[in-house]
Amino acid sequence: MTAHGPFSPRDWDAHPPYVYPDYKSTGLRGPTQPLIPLEQTLSELTGPVYGRESVGELDHDLTRNARVNGEPLGERIVVAGRVLDEDGKAVPNTLIEVWQANAAGRYIHKSDRHDAPLDPNFRGSGRCVTDAEGRYKLCSVKPGAYPWGNHPNAWRPNHIHFSLFGPSFVTRLVTQMYFPGDPLLELDPIYLGAGEGARELLVSKFDLEVTEADFALGYRFDIVLRGRNATPAQE
Amino acid sequence: MKLKQSPSQTVGPYFAYCLTPEQYGYDFRAIAGSQLADEHAEGERIRIVGRVLDGAGNAVDDAMVEIWQADAKGRYAHPADPRGSNLAFRGFGRTGTGTDPESRFVFDTIKPGSVEAQAPHITLCVMARGMLSHAFTRLYFSDESEANAADAVLATVPEARRGTLIAAREDTQAGTVYRFDVHLQGAAETVFFDA
Ligand SMILES: [Fe+3]
Repeated sequence: MTAHGPFSPRDWDAHPPYVYPDYKSTGLRGPTQPLIPLEQTLSELTGPVYGRESVGELDHDLTRNARVNGEPLGERIVVAGRVLDEDGKAVPNTLIEVWQANAAGRYIHKSDRHDAPLDPNFRGSGRCVTDAEGRYKLCSVKPGAYPWGNHPNAWRPNHIHFSLFGPSFVTRLVTQMYFPGDPLLELDPIYLGAGEGARELLVSKFDLEVTEADFALGYRFDIVLRGRNATPAQE
Repeated sequence: MKLKQSPSQTVGPYFAYCLTPEQYGYDFRAIAGSQLADEHAEGERIRIVGRVLDGAGNAVDDAMVEIWQADAKGRYAHPADPRGSNLAFRGFGRTGTGTDPESRFVFDTIKPGSVEAQAPHITLCVMARGMLSHAFTRLYFSDESEANAADAVLATVPEARRGTLIAAREDTQAGTVYRFDVHLQGAAETVFFDA
């Protein structure tokens, strides 16, 4: 027997529904028909493999990977954590892709029209790969909050976007990391769309152990991907 | 004790400078793009073209589509494939719908072989601003009607909706093109799987 899967189902108590009226754009974009259950085949038990070779030397350090003539402005942060499955097992050697606004709340993306300054020394995207214990570490500046058009005076809480593959294509996850104590969280329909008892996982924790003296505040952010249903193969 | 799964969140409108940087002209190396097959890849060259349509029938221009497929012999470039993966063909593509004037996604790849007695197919993962979770679907090929009729996954799909999973083959001067629109909603809503 293969040790690969099948993978446990997506937990729809944790994940947001496709149509969530408080987040207006879901109204025309969320599928409305029930999902068709799919018995996992080799097509679901496999997925793209991107290891260490896919990451450049400075990719994990957003304070350095796009410098032109100096350091990016903003409060330096270190984000560290582990990628685990539902059984608490490490997800090793998996690619993490991250992107975020700069310290002023502005994305370099060409269609971001927010009237806040760009930072010539900050692109805001990076990647890293988890180690054998599922650990990862990124360096960046704290992203600013930014307004969006969902409802009057709507502001996104400070956040970093995360994209992960995990061991197969069905463990794919795109999510966002938030910061503790952000008053915008309880007003944010994207955050609130996730299930109670699960969305709290998206709020990182300030951690003095991750904090680097005289350099950067540290935040711990663990990510939990789908686990496996199968009883483990005999050793 | 089981841990709770980290919830999905929308990819948002501003993913391109991280996830599809070269396509959108950002100075960051892309890990994947719309060209899956180089000159060494074995198999029939095909192009997949489609749009992501919302419930009003408008093409979504800030969606991202990923595809995952086997090679021409039906092998995946992954250690779980017991037949020995073919690492020369990675089988993963990713593209945004924001650079085409008609908001289309286009993949240049090879037609996959059949996997474990299934009809040849490609798995798609669709995400966009306005989608809080990604959606999985499968693309099957219109010129494989016999294999499609015998496919165990297609058989689980209500007959009236099966057509949403079949890409239409067109033989053009430039080569073989399969058309596959993804309807997020509406009368022709694409079948999405809880895989
Ligand atoms: Fe954002």
